[in-house]
Amino acid sequence: MLEVEEVSAAFGARAVLDRVSFSVAAGELCGLIGTNGAGKTTLMKVVLGLLPTGGGRVRVSGRVRTRSGADIGYVPQKIQLEPDAPIRVRDLVALGIDGHRLGVPLGSRRRRRAVDEMLDAVGVSRLANARVGTLSGGEQQRVMIAHALVARPSLLLLDEPLANLDMRAVDDVVALLARIAADQGVAVLLSAHDVNPLLPVMDRVVYLASGHAASGTTGQVIRADVLSRLYGHPIRVVQAEGRVLVLAGGPEPSGVAANGCGASGAGDC
Amino acid sequence: MFAGYLAAGWEVASIVAVVAGVVGFFTVVRGAAFAAHVLPNGAFAGAAGAVLVGASTLLGLGAFAVAGAVAIAVLRRRARSDVASALTVVLMLGLGDLFLSSTSQYASETFSLLFGEVLGVSTGEVLPTAAIGAACVLAVALLYRPLLLSSVAPDVAEARGIGAARMELAFLLVVALVTTMAVPVVGSLLVFSLLIGPPAAACSFAVRPPAAIALSCAIALVTVWASIACSYATNLPVGFFVGALGATAYALGRAPGAWHRRGPHAAARPAAGTGRVPAPAAR
Repeated sequence: MLEVEEVSAAFGARAVLDRVSFSVAAGELCGLIGTNGAGKTTLMKVVLGLLPTGGGRVRVSGRVRTRSGADIGYVPQKIQLEPDAPIRVRDLVALGIDGHRLGVPLGSRRRRRAVDEMLDAVGVSRLANARVGTLSGGEQQRVMIAHALVARPSLLLLDEPLANLDMRAVDDVVALLARIAADQGVAVLLSAHDVNPLLPVMDRVVYLASGHAASGTTGQVIRADVLSRLYGHPIRVVQAEGRVLVLAGGPEPSGVAANGCGASGAGDC
Repeated sequence: MFAGYLAAGWEVASIVAVVAGVVGFFTVVRGAAFAAHVLPNGAFAGAAGAVLVGASTLLGLGAFAVAGAVAIAVLRRRARSDVASALTVVLMLGLGDLFLSSTSQYASETFSLLFGEVLGVSTGEVLPTAAIGAACVLAVALLYRPLLLSSVAPDVAEARGIGAARMELAFLLVVALVTTMAVPVVGSLLVFSLLIGPPAAACSFAVRPPAAIALSCAIALVTVWASIACSYATNLPVGFFVGALGATAYALGRAPGAWHRRGPHAAARPAAGTGRVPAPAAR
């Protein structure tokens, strides 16, 4: 569904992405992991067609993508709406079907049913007639997922969907996205700075560090040798209770490195 | 006050109210109130310039309103939108000052352009006003969906190929059209009050965009009609009543919401996702 081939991008003279390649198939959930500044947002913008590539190609459903359009569902980190903005959840989701078209929408039964189905799929049916601006952050995120999916795109992109959520909400959203990928056969690519919440559901991971990427299954990528090569610095990967800790530092005994991680509070841990 | 020679005033005021109700909805939803303030005031300078060189006032208004819209849209690519709007209005008012200082017999006409002369409208002005008004409403109908999406979720709209800069320019051009049509009739200060007061009140009552637009038009119409009637009865200026009634409608619209937010419902659902604390209840 999504094929990123040798994509490079630069901000001025600074290279942000250097020949990044990976692909995500229909029904797969892929995590785009990296710290702030690793190039996640740039990569998302290139895939969306909002930034030109400095080389390489992006294909969606086999077609080379050069400009933005309605064939990708996109969920931003958050939307900022006034609580009294006069637009209901149902209206905003309906704009996901035909918001890019000119003219006034004509309400049809099919349109209404598509919106109802999608609200049900993301679990916010009971909020259908509420003003979007009065919902919580987590609820608004679900509404935006419904908005992004209602036109049945082949690719769904989410920008840091797990940021600003409490731990229970994180697990709920991860489960929802896994279900969406499987049920709708859509390729899901989401950015995150912590790999752990995604480990149980991720089919594929793209690990970004200083513009370079390593991609594959989690078993292929979240490994000391692969990540050390990626960062150009000794990295250790510690597994515990089905979770992984990605730590800076060579293969010395535990204590030291683990403390260093806790103190720095780095997102990779 | 319904005498034949005043009929044109009523007709034109009604047209302006409906158009301001429609366009004002997007002004409020987009948070573009400042731009809606800038364009009519800046266009006023264009009318002053037109009088100076002996051209039609409407032409001067139109030219300056469009130039202002383009200036804001271009400047805001490099600056914050409020700064872009402010720079534009400062530049235009500066030009207006220059034009006014160059002519001596302009004072009374200036006054009517600032505050309008609804009942002084002639029959000949009805048709041009109706034509420009129809163009504004058609433009909004055409842009309705992308403009709405771009107003409530600009990032998403951008990702779908609806450029925020393009939408901003298109919308500002519509506001420029409204300005051109309405300033000679209701004055540059009143266009602004009609573009904000009624739609802001409507947004407090209605939860659906089409309902909010319809209500916005209705409130604008009632405001304008009541203002003309009050002005006729009391001999006080129309502008005072338009401003006062617009603000009253808005206060009435906010009152239930403010009361609501103090109730138990507010505690159950804080505005967590918006990152904003609800405004304290107005008293």
